[in-house]
Amino acid sequence: MSEATSPPEALQRDADRAHHDSAVLRLPEGIVFDPSDVDVEFGEDETMIINMGPQHPSTHGVLRIMMELEGETVLRSKPVIGYLHTGMEKTGEELTYVQGATNVTRMDYLSPLHNELVYALATEELLGIEIPPRATWIRMLMCELNRISSHVMWTATNGMDLASTSMMIYGFREREMILTFFEKTTGLRMNHDYIRPGGVAADLPDGWEDDVAVIIDTIPGRVDEYDELLTGQPIFRERCEGVGIISPELALALGATGPILRAAGVPFDLRQAMPYLYYDQVEFDVIAGTVGDTFDRYAVRLNEIRESCRIVAQILEKLPPGDYRSQDKKVTPPPRARIDESMEALIHHFKIFTRGFEVPAGEVYTAVESPRGELGCYLVSDGTNKPYRLHVRAPSFVNLQSLPALLRGGLIADAIAIISSVDPVMGEVDR
Amino acid sequence: MSDETLVSDGPAGPTGSDGPGDRERDAAAETAGAEGGDDLLALPALAGTAWTNARGQLVLYPERASYVAVVEALRAAGFVLCSDLCAVDYLQHPERQLPPGVEPERFEVVVNVTSITPPQRVRVRVQVPADEPRLPTLFEIYPGTEAMEREAYDMYGVVFDDHPDMTRILMPDDWEGHPLRKDYSVGRVPVQFKEAPGPR
Repeated sequence: MSEATSPPEALQRDADRAHHDSAVLRLPEGIVFDPSDVDVEFGEDETMIINMGPQHPSTHGVLRIMMELEGETVLRSKPVIGYLHTGMEKTGEELTYVQGATNVTRMDYLSPLHNELVYALATEELLGIEIPPRATWIRMLMCELNRISSHVMWTATNGMDLASTSMMIYGFREREMILTFFEKTTGLRMNHDYIRPGGVAADLPDGWEDDVAVIIDTIPGRVDEYDELLTGQPIFRERCEGVGIISPELALALGATGPILRAAGVPFDLRQAMPYLYYDQVEFDVIAGTVGDTFDRYAVRLNEIRESCRIVAQILEKLPPGDYRSQDKKVTPPPRARIDESMEALIHHFKIFTRGFEVPAGEVYTAVESPRGELGCYLVSDGTNKPYRLHVRAPSFVNLQSLPALLRGGLIADAIAIISSVDPVMGEVDR
Repeated sequence: MSDETLVSDGPAGPTGSDGPGDRERDAAAETAGAEGGDDLLALPALAGTAWTNARGQLVLYPERASYVAVVEALRAAGFVLCSDLCAVDYLQHPERQLPPGVEPERFEVVVNVTSITPPQRVRVRVQVPADEPRLPTLFEIYPGTEAMEREAYDMYGVVFDDHPDMTRILMPDDWEGHPLRKDYSVGRVPVQFKEAPGPR
């Protein structure tokens, strides 16, 4: 270890311990290997530590994994993260509650609406305001569509990782359908800032029923095509079945949620276990696996697309007319037309978008089921217009910690399939 | 949402498990999850632990010495999933509401544990003093907290004793300071106007 910086006592102690009994596979950044130290002739009991990433194409971003190999078999491994860390939690403390949604939406760029949702729910819980039914249903509609687009995207990249490049193209094609609808509704394909504390930013556009109907008519058929392309394909099955098995006990102990936990056989879905929005008013099944391998995780996600289509179809029937945002003047700016005729409305509008609104002091933990698992938001307010502490419990961050357990004992070629099956979004891991 | 659930951090809870009547009445008006919390308060390991009921969720405020025992008891009581562990720096907000008997300190480590059946959450808030920011690790109880504790160490400098790998996780290893602390300034790009002297 380089002695240029003097690490804290605990750090040094642990570094020493790691050095002595090599209980932890982690090399400090500063370490430099002397080529003469590297023994090319490996004995029976000797292992090799290699570094995968952070620029490896199949690490889904900038994930670096240190792996200890014995021949082709992975023994211990450790994900090294932080390459995409931009201090979004710190940024969140500097932005008002109105601006905050633009910040959190950039964390998990594949399911931005879920990030906005959990932030909005936490803020609203502290504010104690009621959200009109239409706004809640719109939120549900958008989140379920986002779940489809995220899972479809995962199927695409997973296909690419496993050398099924046509799957890649198909997945992006379907995702584009949904993103086009998002663009029509929110103005942006990603990072929407659509779900805000108090409701949603805008009502659904004219003709949205037709757009959504086309989506939910098309997607299930396309999922059947994926089924044909991948599920029945011997090469795909060979690469997925029995690879990266995790037991339900271990998955729970490691804090894994979402498709990883469900594939291991624990049907824990926050939409059903602790319903938020109106998930208790729609019918859907929680998909769970039995083996907990990569194939199960694939199957769980594929079937969740179908379930989401089911939910969207029910929302289409149930979405009531009404207001798309709360009429609480404290959090909602006045309608655009009022600004032209009323000076007070103009001032009010200006105040909300410059100073924002004050949120009563308190702390709250809210969680929603994002496509990757439990997405939580721990929000502390000190009574001002900015969050005192904004912590996001990112599912990818925690799920990634199950990677060493999944990789252990597998072949290094399977590592690609396993990393992909965890579905980490590095923007969310590092925040 | 009913008015009962909006009681922010509530009137302060008792320091013993045998609470006064008003707290019990409040708890009874809460959801089934909070009633389950009353069962939890009967656990021997939780005796003497301060608690409140924040929006239907039981919040425990153990001492540092009993922190691990309380979490262990929760794990044994069916809270198999440790959803979240994070730290908060209360440097600029020391007057927060805490139940009597809980001495506010600069740092707080917040642990959210979840039970699958019945679906329920309990939050554990531990006060960590600034002059000795140390806490025992939960790694042995929930191995999943390994990364979360490393993040809390990285961002706040709270050291978790007996953690297998107490190193930085998000910041570079040679980084100085702990960025999410309130006395760690936000980076700024100075705006340079014509002829104006720069900050450096």
